[in-house]
Amino acid sequence: MAEEYILEMEHIRKMFPGVLALDDVHLKVRPGTVHALMGENGAGKSTLMKVLLGIHAPDDGAIRFDGVEHLQMDIHSSLTHGISMIHQELSPILHMTVGENIFLGREPLLNRMGWVDHKKLYQQTQELFDELEIDIDPTSKMVELSIANMQMVEIATAISYDSKLIIMDEPTSAITEKEVAHLFRMINVLRDKGVAIIYITHKMDEVFEISDEVTVLRDGQFVGTEKASDIDKNKLISMMVGRELTNFFPKEDADITDVKLEARNISLGGKFKNVSFEVRKGEILGFAGLMGSGRTEVIESVFGVYPPESGEIFIDGEKAEITQPMDAIAKGMGLLTEDRKMTGLYLPLSVRDNMIASNIDKYVSARGLNAKLIEEDCEGQVDALAVKTPSLDQIVNNLSGGNQQKVLIGRWLLTEPDILILDEPTRGIDVGAKSEIHKLMTKLAQAGKAIIMVSSEMPEVLGMSDRVIVMHEGEKAGELSREEATQEKVLQLASGEAITH
Amino acid sequence: MSTIASEGATKRTFNVRAFVNRWGILLVLIGMSALLAILTIDGGQSIFLKFRNIVNILRQSSVIGIIALGVTYVIITGGIDLSSGSLVAMIGCLSAIVAREIYGLPVILPIIVALALGFLAGAVNGALHAKFKIPPFIATLGMMVSARGVGFLITKGRPIDNLTQTYQYLGQGSILEFGQNFFVPIPVIIFLLMALIAHFLLSQTRFGKYTYALGGNEQAAYICGVNVDRHKILVYAWAGFLTSIAAVVLTARVSAGQPSAGLMYELDAIASAVIGGTSLQGGIGTIGGTVVGTLIIAVMNNGLQLLGVSSYWQQILKGVIIVTAVVLDTMRNRKKMGK
Repeated sequence: MAEEYILEMEHIRKMFPGVLALDDVHLKVRPGTVHALMGENGAGKSTLMKVLLGIHAPDDGAIRFDGVEHLQMDIHSSLTHGISMIHQELSPILHMTVGENIFLGREPLLNRMGWVDHKKLYQQTQELFDELEIDIDPTSKMVELSIANMQMVEIATAISYDSKLIIMDEPTSAITEKEVAHLFRMINVLRDKGVAIIYITHKMDEVFEISDEVTVLRDGQFVGTEKASDIDKNKLISMMVGRELTNFFPKEDADITDVKLEARNISLGGKFKNVSFEVRKGEILGFAGLMGSGRTEVIESVFGVYPPESGEIFIDGEKAEITQPMDAIAKGMGLLTEDRKMTGLYLPLSVRDNMIASNIDKYVSARGLNAKLIEEDCEGQVDALAVKTPSLDQIVNNLSGGNQQKVLIGRWLLTEPDILILDEPTRGIDVGAKSEIHKLMTKLAQAGKAIIMVSSEMPEVLGMSDRVIVMHEGEKAGELSREEATQEKVLQLASGEAITH
Repeated sequence: MSTIASEGATKRTFNVRAFVNRWGILLVLIGMSALLAILTIDGGQSIFLKFRNIVNILRQSSVIGIIALGVTYVIITGGIDLSSGSLVAMIGCLSAIVAREIYGLPVILPIIVALALGFLAGAVNGALHAKFKIPPFIATLGMMVSARGVGFLITKGRPIDNLTQTYQYLGQGSILEFGQNFFVPIPVIIFLLMALIAHFLLSQTRFGKYTYALGGNEQAAYICGVNVDRHKILVYAWAGFLTSIAAVVLTARVSAGQPSAGLMYELDAIASAVIGGTSLQGGIGTIGGTVVGTLIIAVMNNGLQLLGVSSYWQQILKGVIIVTAVVLDTMRNRKKMGK
């Protein structure tokens, strides 16, 4: 008799330093069904899939796949076990051909010498494409394909393993409606063949169109599994957000006065289009939206990292030409980037050297750097921000995430900015430091600075912002005042829904 | 009617571009050669085009050329090999010592010793990189410095000469001789043979696919089940093996193992690969390109010599060509991405 479930993950627990990423999570998938996995950013969907693929080892729990118990999976054997995955972030090898990419690691061979049977390789690719009705030349190089076609190749690759379970992580994020319809036809064929599919998406419509069952995670916890036909969008959203806002946010009112910065209809090809917003002195403007919705791109574009192709930016009512970050800094802007290790810190350098990095000109004199002034300024920031470091000479890599973030904030405060852009200011830092940074934001707003904050954390968006702009697929989906903004409304806008009242 | 005609036209221009993209570096070599052929005409005959001169160019490029074949593999994986020059010296010396000490034994013995040592030294490079996660620049730099020292140590700093006739034949002999006017030196034969093997290994076998995959996206290769560490070690070992062939050829040609031989050869080999279109970012490169790149450097050196230009200028121009080749390549890639 066939098993009722092809996959049973029970009581899965996964700790990362300081964070409980998965807490007693269950996922049971039946063969021949599409099982949607839903949840906000950071709910634990990706972590759960990484546990399933063997990229992370679970701290506790049981995985049963195809009737066999596994303590932990192994990334190489997961392919042979019959699990394949369509990754959200594309990982093609650009200068190899489509066929070579699909058969990488299992090329058909002519002989024991490892001679690859190219004819067979391209023939099999063509057969696969014919079966899936994909119209791409197997011999063209990946680099020549459009993003959408790369995604179709990725999908075809996952299917070609003849897996019993295919994980699709936001497979439609890079393809057009026509291709989505095509993908759904393929999914239906697979389902009829008895293949199980775990479908991760943020798009409500897709869930109800394609899935049989839905499992919802929230903050690393299991909320429930429902038949898709038993629930509606509102029920699903309430399952996803159902938390109460217990976190305390030290947001105090500040005098919100003149418009400091205004962006009018700025666009950047493929990233975002026609985005307009303004931020006033003393105001905290929140940017919400799903990952990949263009939030970070918009604010980095305003800062000149990659300037907008069209549209205008005004500072204090005057048109501002910002073509590189240097221009933005000269106009009194500061940007705390999303990934502090990649684009923020000089990890092997000291606290002092990190702090003065955006402001070195101030300390240059004819006799070299003014060490005394540097000392004073850095000590001042360390005190004001309560950075926990034994000395200014401490290597920044040795500080905790929260203190590293404070060092970066200190760096920008030394430039005495009027506009401070904070991208995920509290990502990955502990609760205490989080609350200190939130307090600091309030203080800066009260000092008349204009603050733009990008955040994936709903409580932070709602708790700190005077106004919230919600992005969806590169466009501004809506704008909510502090009073209007609720979890449901933000999530609806972020998933491309109209607000229901 | 008109649509068909215009479609045909676009197709033709597209083909020209593809043709230039694919064969551009070869066109440069042909253009350079044509120019030199004309500039060196003396008394109604081009000195450059003389058979003896062409053979000379090929013979001079064979040692660097063989090393560059292996270096091409390494660079395609996204790595670098700085040890080849020193390995040429060390392996050449050891091989010469074996050839002298075991006088009378078949010539194959010192050659086997050389090839085994090359393979092993390359494998050590690869293992340092793959297992200890040391950047290949550092791993092969260590090998470069140490191997040079070993060469001096085992020879006490003196050249090892008195090699057998058979051994010397590998570097100095030729086949297909037809009187004075036609002959092919053995080093050229070895170079072309190894180039053919390297070409097919890279373009037709799984070993070649994994080499490209490692440089193109190591993580993707790992997820697809490629044994990344093992393959890295094999690629460096293969490069070491090719270097040892170059060492034997060089030792035979100069009739001695010299601890100071092969100075800067690693850089010439890297330059040949890069001029031939191998990307230091990894993932891109062909053996054909590297062979042409080697020949471009050799033709330029030879031509400038025939024209009586000082060897200092050869150095300067070589630098200019390397940088130009990479700039052109970068511009071409940027255009492709922009599309």
